[in-house]
Amino acid sequence: MTAATAAPAIRAPAPATVTPATAARAAAAPATAAPLPLVQQFQYGLDAPICLTWELTYACNLACVHCLSSSGRRDPRELSTAECKAVIDELERMQVFYVNIGGGEPTVRPDFWELVDYATGHHVGVKFSTNGVKITPAVAQRLAGSDYIDVQISLDGATAEVNDAVRGQGSYATALRAMRNLADAGFAGFKISVVVTRQNAGQLDDFKAIADRYGAQLRLTRLRPSGRGADVWDELHPTAGQQRELYDWLVARGEQVLTGDSFFHLAGYGEALPGLNLCGAGRVVCLIDPVGDVYACPFAIHDNFLAGNVRAPGGFASVWRESELFADLRRPQTGGACQSCSAFDSCRGGCMAAKFFTGLPLNGPDPECVKGHGASALAGTDGAAAPRPSGDHSHRSRPVPVSISARPATEPPDIGLLVGRRPPDRACEENPLAGFVPGGR
Amino acid sequence: MACAVSTDTVAGGARAGSGLAGFDLDSPWQLHPQVSVRPERFGALLYHFGTRRLSFLKSPALLAVVRSLDGAPTARAACAAAGVPAADLPAYASALATLAGSRMICQRTAQ
Repeated sequence: MTAATAAPAIRAPAPATVTPATAARAAAAPATAAPLPLVQQFQYGLDAPICLTWELTYACNLACVHCLSSSGRRDPRELSTAECKAVIDELERMQVFYVNIGGGEPTVRPDFWELVDYATGHHVGVKFSTNGVKITPAVAQRLAGSDYIDVQISLDGATAEVNDAVRGQGSYATALRAMRNLADAGFAGFKISVVVTRQNAGQLDDFKAIADRYGAQLRLTRLRPSGRGADVWDELHPTAGQQRELYDWLVARGEQVLTGDSFFHLAGYGEALPGLNLCGAGRVVCLIDPVGDVYACPFAIHDNFLAGNVRAPGGFASVWRESELFADLRRPQTGGACQSCSAFDSCRGGCMAAKFFTGLPLNGPDPECVKGHGASALAGTDGAAAPRPSGDHSHRSRPVPVSISARPATEPPDIGLLVGRRPPDRACEENPLAGFVPGGR
Repeated sequence: MACAVSTDTVAGGARAGSGLAGFDLDSPWQLHPQVSVRPERFGALLYHFGTRRLSFLKSPALLAVVRSLDGAPTARAACAAAGVPAADLPAYASALATLAGSRMICQRTAQ
């Protein structure tokens, strides 16, 4: 039935969301000329994003060592309540189905619930990521009552020891309390979102057990060298062996475990993971940051990926539709150094942000290329020369180290969770959380 | 499809083949009340707020059929109203079955 049109360029292993398209393509075939494969349609961009990430604030009660947005302190220029509502109005007009709200810790914004209500009242669904600090029994009750709200609790260790080393003392207990409150309120299927690291890669079954215990769905995502993540990537990113085990584990779980399509670079191993497996940056997704800047992707907070600002005339819609950067991203991309690789059709060269912040060229292999091309490329680059993220809202009480030493030619020994490659100023600061004072909110 | 934070919905959905066993063209069908439709050049995007799943309609013709469901006495009539030639009915029934399997459309009960 589907022979009339070209097969999609990617291998999508039977997620049924694609199946209607397959059937529909068959249905359309008699009447129309062969349309572009869906994935190409997406690569050339849509009139509006399918969904987008909206970091509402840089304020956060935590100081996770790998924070993608270097959050901590509120930015005085953050969008006001009225400005946020105007953005929501625009998203409604553009029929953006839902927003992934994050931060920072979005729930510490005093108008957070007002904005959530406003969005859902205007047909913009909300999925928000939280460390759980504000998910009281009463809040959980309220969340459970809405079809338009989804919640994602961040957890980066299946034990307090592993989690708190990255996310801060007490953060494991906070997250689990939030999960218990959601489960008690009858909120089925909330998400537990885990960034896979070298330290927690051996805990995948334990994470799944936690999710099952609370009636939640496990979501695993990839660690990117973005924000403060750039400082800890060398120490935290999974080893090649762990990456392979992760892939096999995910393949075995199929659609039971979500990945946000963040591991599409692992498609180079063979069978693609569920999802469409392409980088959607600027094509079908983007980021609006707390001050209204629009970036191609939440992991690319850097001037090179800044498309515009929602405060400018024309608002978000004109940034999405007219920015030169996005137009560029929507042009057919060449594989560069990867073009001749047998895996290129599967992995498409991997993650743009991961390459950029590790100092690799964008038209070459991903730093975690499953064929090992990334590791050898990294060995030939000067890690200290890699671009730095554009903004830093980290808490001042805990200085964020800057990489000043050259990237080691081989993977560094596991030295625990030492932040960055810079020796600590003082012995007592060796723990990345030394000097961390919980936010005063 | 896009990465991270973004498109978990794409990774989910009904199992392949679900609902394909047969589709009752002679029943009244409707778009699920929790589904939002966004027309696109290639057809449309469908988002189900209840299941938080995304689906794609890969042709404007199928979108026309889906849009006709609510006002038609049967799915067969909706296809006719959208100008689907009889010979193409099986393909459309199959597409509708897939949409039913992921709860994007549902049977309409007589009022």
